[in-house]
Amino acid sequence: MSAVERNETLTINPIHRGAIMGRSATWLKKNSIWAVALAMAIFFSLQTGFFLTSFNIANVLTQCVVVALLSVGLTPVVISGNIDLSVGATVGLTACLAVLLQPYGLTVALLAALAAGALCGLLNGLIVEKTGVSSFIVTLATMSGIRGLTFMGIGDVSLSATDDRLNAFSMLALGPVSTVVAIAAVLIAAVGFILRYTIHGRNTFAIGGNRRAAVDAGIAASRHVVGNFVLCGLMAAACGIAMAANLGAASPTFGRDYELLAVTAVVLGGTRLQGGKGGVAGTLGAVVALTILRNGLNLLRVSPFYIPIIVGAVLIAALIIDRKINGNALRHGE
Amino acid sequence: MPVSLINAMPRYAPAGLLFTVILAISALMPQVAELQNVNQVLRQTAVPAILAIGVTFVVITGKLDLSVGSILSCSALATIEVSNSVGTAPAIAAALAIGVAVGSLNGLLVAYLGLNSLIATLGMLSVIQGIALVHTDGANIVMNDLEAATWFSFLARGSVLGIPFPAIIVSLLAVVAGVLLHTTTFGRRVFAVGGNAVASAYSSIDTRKTVFLGYILSGGMAGLGGVVYASRVMTARHDSGVGLELTVLSAVILGGASLTGGSGSVFRSLVGVMIIGVMQSALLMLGLPFYTQWIAVAVILIVAAWLNVISSKGGMPG
Repeated sequence: MSAVERNETLTINPIHRGAIMGRSATWLKKNSIWAVALAMAIFFSLQTGFFLTSFNIANVLTQCVVVALLSVGLTPVVISGNIDLSVGATVGLTACLAVLLQPYGLTVALLAALAAGALCGLLNGLIVEKTGVSSFIVTLATMSGIRGLTFMGIGDVSLSATDDRLNAFSMLALGPVSTVVAIAAVLIAAVGFILRYTIHGRNTFAIGGNRRAAVDAGIAASRHVVGNFVLCGLMAAACGIAMAANLGAASPTFGRDYELLAVTAVVLGGTRLQGGKGGVAGTLGAVVALTILRNGLNLLRVSPFYIPIIVGAVLIAALIIDRKINGNALRHGE
Repeated sequence: MPVSLINAMPRYAPAGLLFTVILAISALMPQVAELQNVNQVLRQTAVPAILAIGVTFVVITGKLDLSVGSILSCSALATIEVSNSVGTAPAIAAALAIGVAVGSLNGLLVAYLGLNSLIATLGMLSVIQGIALVHTDGANIVMNDLEAATWFSFLARGSVLGIPFPAIIVSLLAVVAGVLLHTTTFGRRVFAVGGNAVASAYSSIDTRKTVFLGYILSGGMAGLGGVVYASRVMTARHDSGVGLELTVLSAVILGGASLTGGSGSVFRSLVGVMIIGVMQSALLMLGLPFYTQWIAVAVILIVAAWLNVISSKGGMPG
């Protein structure tokens, strides 16, 4: 359904002024979370002069990167009607590999981490498609399986980097934009491009909207679903590498509970959990909004103990508001 | 295989799996089957078993409850604090009240406001755990009188005729819940709503009320689980129940309940809890580190869910 709507808006002649207004209005309606993020930024910059300093902006961006990579990677999986709860475990595994294999050379370590991420995604995708078990159950299982294997291979220890170049590279920055932020931006844009402008992306929306119809229309659904899981695994690996680079260390507990952060961001960003609707821009907006909220509360010296309460309440409130605005769209589909 | 046998498979597969696991383990490692260890497993699985009984109702209505672990933390804290200051009986009442209150809030969000149950209960998980964290400042809350062999400590530590008392509590709760689910009108509505919500609504079933009551049961059971937990450990933290929601959910799925709703049973969920408990005990006895349990749970969960899919496909000719 939404794939069709999307194509219609794309074919409107962009030179027409009304169409441009209409398109940006539609965009803002779809991605209203960006307005929330903007409002929060304005609120916190009025409350504390420290919010808009270059140092703090760099801080917010760096905090965004980790969750953004993960949530943006998860978005295509959710749009195709699945979920991946194993992303946090994949972050732990890949962060450890990126540090553990540094004695064999930085390239080897990074490639191994990326390959492991892709492999985790491939495993999830193949099990989901070959067995027909729901992705919620499969990735609930691989979440503990991958975490267990990481502990088994590495032990209950913390690894520190033997090669300083990765950490040094992550420290390079142009103003508030560090190299890690820049690379993450490119990766996120790439996922957004794949989802919006490629056949794979279009088919992903179609499968999530109505899988049977998509298969009847000749779409090789399995291949696209597995592809999205691999993409998600790769992004989780990028997240693991970014964490390892930022900290110059890794441990098998890295990324614990991150799957919940990622799912929260994807849903807050307006992607429908049943699939067929959503996008990277919304997810990114949600990550930015949540990070600004945490950062702002820190700056206002709110005890960090209150943050889970506030984040949970914001999540529920956002769902209720979304429900009021979008009305009874799901009432019969539940 | 005859069709009737394949049809029956999902119903008996969990019990069969448990039987196989127990047989294999006791053949390979006789010490696991020793009475002392069996009693130990029964004590350890009591808390997840109580939670699983409640979660089963929610899953059969086609919803999820991820907040049970946090409810357990809160109610265990309440049990200890109130019994330190007021007394044990009010403490149990307070713990139950917390469970029912959070359960009804979950029910309100999911049933009456129509929110997605995964996300709504995830939000509640975060909120409740945060409240417990703020309240305790991250500290351990310990029972004042650790040594006294009161009736409260009997709840999780006592035994009757050699049977651990928590196992008796679980059995009683399971019988009541099983009767409620399988013989009453409410139970039939639970299955109907999970099987087809729209058709249930047209059959003048109050689907919202049914889902709402399911969450109250789940919350109440988690509150009760907190009481048994507190009695067993005599101390609690804001994160006592972290991760328990996933263990319990895995057990319910192992018991053959479908996440899309409409199928499941209290008895089979308990079998799921036992499969995980027996396996954990065996792996610990082998001297394997804790994370091997995670890998084993992962493999068993996928295989069990797969068998469930195969048998339900094969069982429906045409």
